[in-house]
Amino acid sequence: MSKHSKTLNLNFGPQHPAAHGVLRLILELDGEVVEKADPHIGLLHRGTEKLIESKTYSQAIPYFDRLDYVAPMNQEHAFTLAIEKILKIEVPIRAQFIRVMFCEIGRLLSHILNITTQAMDVGALTPTLWGFEERETLMTFYERASGSRLHANYFRPGGVHQDLPRGLIDDISKFCINFPKIIDDLESLLTDNRIFKQRNVDIGIVSKQDALDYSFSGVMLRGSGVAWDLRKAQPYDCYDQFDFNIPIGKNGDCYDRYLCRIEEMKESIKIIKQCIERMPKGPIKTINNKITPPSKKEIKESMEALIHHFKLFTEGYRVDKDEIYVAVEAPKGEFGVYLISDGSSKPYKCKIRAPGFSHLQAMDYLIKGHMLADVPAVLGSMDIVFGEVDR
Amino acid sequence: MQNIQKLEKKINSELTTKIKTSKINHDQLYFKIDHEDLINVIIFLKSNQETKFKQLIDITAVDFPEDKKRFKIVYLLLSHENNSRVIIEYSINENEVIPSVTSVFPSANWMEREVFDMYGIKFKDHPDLRRILTDYEFEGYPLRKDFPMTGHKEVRYSEDKKKVIYEPVRLEQNYRNFEYESPWEGTKYIKKQSKKDE
Repeated sequence: MSKHSKTLNLNFGPQHPAAHGVLRLILELDGEVVEKADPHIGLLHRGTEKLIESKTYSQAIPYFDRLDYVAPMNQEHAFTLAIEKILKIEVPIRAQFIRVMFCEIGRLLSHILNITTQAMDVGALTPTLWGFEERETLMTFYERASGSRLHANYFRPGGVHQDLPRGLIDDISKFCINFPKIIDDLESLLTDNRIFKQRNVDIGIVSKQDALDYSFSGVMLRGSGVAWDLRKAQPYDCYDQFDFNIPIGKNGDCYDRYLCRIEEMKESIKIIKQCIERMPKGPIKTINNKITPPSKKEIKESMEALIHHFKLFTEGYRVDKDEIYVAVEAPKGEFGVYLISDGSSKPYKCKIRAPGFSHLQAMDYLIKGHMLADVPAVLGSMDIVFGEVDR
Repeated sequence: MQNIQKLEKKINSELTTKIKTSKINHDQLYFKIDHEDLINVIIFLKSNQETKFKQLIDITAVDFPEDKKRFKIVYLLLSHENNSRVIIEYSINENEVIPSVTSVFPSANWMEREVFDMYGIKFKDHPDLRRILTDYEFEGYPLRKDFPMTGHKEVRYSEDKKKVIYEPVRLEQNYRNFEYESPWEGTKYIKKQSKKDE
């Protein structure tokens, strides 16, 4: 009898818990070995870039919360920085500190979600339960500052929307004391865990060269040993004032990427602590009322403030004709905004560069020759969130 | 800052015939080229020992319907060694076919697919030029300026047919594009709903 092989086509997702959202992955299998993977994306496409073109600059900010919805403020940061650079606005130092602090909280939110769900994908349930309790605390901080747990809409060109409420700094400070213990707990569950290591070590290896060729950024790049972090290389806001390290991996496999994320959380805590220690006093947004709205009290008393308020919330501010690309180090990698303004109050073009898009593209390259069971592990370690991939 | 000016000079002197104009804006290098030279320019920037733009960050297009050459194609490159970014751009007509850079950067694959999906620009020698973000069997190119905000088709679950069906968009209320810069000119309605109904 002759041995004949037949490839099997398998449709993975779009409704699969390990697909991390609405990914439809068409796999060609030879037995249990994956020969080809063809990701179909766009099931969560909402036309964000088209919508932004028809909204004023301030109306466009909330769309950025809805991209990578596990770390909303990091995205807003890129967009506000782009507008600030075109308008050449100085941001008060207190606002910069608040923004950096919340960006790092966003990084914690994202990494907790990723590490724990990656663990769940390979069979461990407990880290998710422990991790999500902490995420809840962090989202309460979001809520106390911005008024909402998820879609914060907190950053503004020229600063932040409002000052921190009383007591919030103390509570974040308490969290920073307790949280390293939680990281240790998570590590005791995962880092030396035999099953976790069997499922992740030497899986989905990315070489340095391929990481560059496939436009990887963030942990996907650092896991392969490239020391590149925009917070250090091209510091924005006040990141150059903080002391923190960039953890990099050695082997470029799923396990190294997990370790990188764990270390990054520790560095984030370090930055948040420094923010709290050095939090300056002062205004939280520029006092230029052509860009930032006047306070409620002023509106009641001054005609000019009332006019400013009216103009800002109907027409919005105009942004000079210019073009710029601004990138920030979001938890998942380089998140960029390519903005073209035409002198009106609406963006002419706003291209969003999402890190997950180029990571997911490499799925075929990463998974070829691996077993079917490795698909969720690789997918988990890529840190895909469909809000930003599909836009 | 010094660094980037040196880089601009260097690239300009090496590629004098290929680069039409160059400028530095917001600490980033901008080069205008012809689309025939694209592959050569990209290969040079990627492999030259002094430029080392080893990472392709993004490819996108911009639609200028009034211009003679309608689309501007933009390539963003990043050099880790020099810590600098370069933006390469060129303009094309609506039906022009442009070269694909997938042979130089494998990551260009999806980025070009997205440009094709959103603007309908075709790439020569692209291994797999399918739509990527829009729905299966989608028609039209959504990011073109003449594509309506509301789209052409809407989806609903039909109780009769027991499945999801596609229908032409029917707006209960007209899409209103408020023009606050001169409010007395009123709104431009995209379709004259009330007259048709009469």
